[in-house]
Amino acid sequence: MRQEYIITVYSENHIGLLTRITIVFTRRKVNIESLTVSESAIPGVFKFTIVIKATKELTIKIVNQIEKQIDVLKAFYHTNEEMIYQEIALYKVPTEALYENDTIEKIVRNAGARILEITREYTVIEKTGHKEETQALFEELNKFKVMQFIRSGRVALTRDPIERLSEFLKERDAFLNSLD
Amino acid sequence: MTTKKVTGSQAVILSLLEEGVDTIFGYPGGAIMPVYDALYDFNNNVKHILTRHEQGAVHAAEGYARVTGKAGVCFATSGPGATNLITGIADAMIDSTPLVCITGQVASPLLGTDAFQESDVVGISMPVTKWNYQITTPEEIPEAIAQAFYIAQSGRPGPVLIDITKDAQFGELDFEYKKCTKIRSYVPEMPVDPFKIKEAAEIIDQAKRPLVLFGQGIIIGNAEEELKAFVEKTGIPAAWTLLGLSALPTDHPLNVGMLGMHGNYGPNLLTNEADVIIAVGMRFDDRVTGKVSGYATKAKIIHLEIDPAEIDKIIKATVAVLGNSKKSLKMLTENVKENNHDEWIERFRKCDMIENEKIIHKDLYPEKPGLTMGEVIRIAAEKTNHEAILVTDVGQHQMIASRYFKFRNSKSNVTSGGLGTMGFGLPASMGAQLGRPDRMVIAVIGDGGFQMTIQELGTIVQNKLPVKIIVLNNNFLGMVRQWQQLFFEKRYSFTELQNPDFIAIGKGFGMEGKKVENREDLDAAVQQMLDYNGPYLLEVVIEKEDNVFPMVPTGAAVSEIILEQ
Repeated sequence: MRQEYIITVYSENHIGLLTRITIVFTRRKVNIESLTVSESAIPGVFKFTIVIKATKELTIKIVNQIEKQIDVLKAFYHTNEEMIYQEIALYKVPTEALYENDTIEKIVRNAGARILEITREYTVIEKTGHKEETQALFEELNKFKVMQFIRSGRVALTRDPIERLSEFLKERDAFLNSLD
Repeated sequence: MTTKKVTGSQAVILSLLEEGVDTIFGYPGGAIMPVYDALYDFNNNVKHILTRHEQGAVHAAEGYARVTGKAGVCFATSGPGATNLITGIADAMIDSTPLVCITGQVASPLLGTDAFQESDVVGISMPVTKWNYQITTPEEIPEAIAQAFYIAQSGRPGPVLIDITKDAQFGELDFEYKKCTKIRSYVPEMPVDPFKIKEAAEIIDQAKRPLVLFGQGIIIGNAEEELKAFVEKTGIPAAWTLLGLSALPTDHPLNVGMLGMHGNYGPNLLTNEADVIIAVGMRFDDRVTGKVSGYATKAKIIHLEIDPAEIDKIIKATVAVLGNSKKSLKMLTENVKENNHDEWIERFRKCDMIENEKIIHKDLYPEKPGLTMGEVIRIAAEKTNHEAILVTDVGQHQMIASRYFKFRNSKSNVTSGGLGTMGFGLPASMGAQLGRPDRMVIAVIGDGGFQMTIQELGTIVQNKLPVKIIVLNNNFLGMVRQWQQLFFEKRYSFTELQNPDFIAIGKGFGMEGKKVENREDLDAAVQQMLDYNGPYLLEVVIEKEDNVFPMVPTGAAVSEIILEQ
């Protein structure tokens, strides 16, 4: 059954690795729904959060192929239910619309969004949440003609109490040293 | 450790020498000229083979790697030089062949400016390399090359490409070389799990109809003795993939033949009778499995494999044993009981008799007037006591040669398996000869593939490489023609060739040769070729409609193998 999976990749910070990882998807004609890359809590180790729609079987094969890349430390896959995840969305609406009545204010309040900047021409609203939530807010705000809209890729944490990466790095070091 | 001031290009050569490189295949050009200039001073330390095309260099490096087990090394310039390597790199990737390819690149300030002979070779080669890296400063050179050799040769081997900008080649550095022995993010092989071994051994001990399938993992892992010990203790018949060929002597009583589309009748048919399959160092290529849903339908699968990504990729393993086959097979042998499977092996013998009667005998000892590929291979193999290195190209001749050559020694079969690269054979044979100057190298090539890299005849002559080249000429792209005949209603769409006078071409390059059209001349002509002191081209005219059987048609299960059309 095809469903959303979150693939998390920990890697060295090497030029070109993003391409190496995305090739694993393009070669199998799997579309990347969202992609976020940034440094993890451990300096020099980067974390990729990749969302795809695929079967479990295909997801496992993709994770295996990603892990096979020399500069990749470890890759995991999870269902949405197994992770806590968020995306951030920014909306630019005409400030005029706020003056006319208090609807926008109510929408912002109810959505748990916040206002980042107000100028005479536009107001920028920010909301974090799942895609359905940020999309719902877009639909609401678009009644007042959203001038610009942007949504980030997903960031996600596991529900495990421990940080898997630091454990993993300790084990890996010990393992490689044991081979000497 | 002492350091000395050298240029980046000198550092390239010094690093290669530190890695024990004795042969480099390559082709100079603008962006790699500083490296070639440095090479000029090391003429006594390392041999450089100037090929006639970069594709020739990379296939030669593959041939070298396959017979020595060491990384093949090639040089090419930027742009077209580098892109001409790509086919060979892709070939090495899919066939797990260790290569270190070094390409020149435009100077770093010019990167991304569409400079003369600039191509994004790191980007282009990314999908077909195990690892690649661009060097833009001289200081990076020793470490990058050390990593390149470590990555190319360890674990499941593969090609690595190092792209070096011209300014990094010209710049200076304090040279100090340290071999790479580990990389934090890379585990070349997992330690063998003794619990998995026990689990596998229990299944094997209870098996009634077990079958070993071995691939190139045995050859790469130098596990030939371990394989032999395992099959001899358990009495289990063993069949080989195209690249596993020569890992176990062909005449070993437990060697039951070749798997796959044009493999032997018994191992294909009986794959679907087996109750346990022990797959070692092989990856269940579609040419081996046929229709996956109809493959090994009654068998539990034990998969011994170094690459974790191969586990469950095509065929789900009942027990997967990760690690180097040399270690895992040894442990497995210690854990299994002595056994024999004579009745089961008898089934293979019966299949052999059927195949022999319907196909093999007619191929090897034909009575029809036209010459067959099989008889040529038989004569060449017999006359070299089955001890030569066989290099093949891709197509009908490749299947026939693999089926009939018969081997006594490992690392004796060099062919393009996974990628099926026509044009591989001739340049790979030069690399094989340079890697093993002590052994006879016979290249068997079809008339189509021969013309894809025919210019390498010049390299062979210039370097006095005593390769024996047999061109099996049926004036057709034979394998495609066979498929057209069988599956496309004999619509021979663009498969007939108007060939040149190959012997005259050989002579033009300064190579001795002879053309044979009649059976009564064949034996003596092969003998003359083998006796000749130097490279030799033997062209044998083959009957046009000489087809390769048996065959597992595309989309059919292995048990649906057909013996005749």
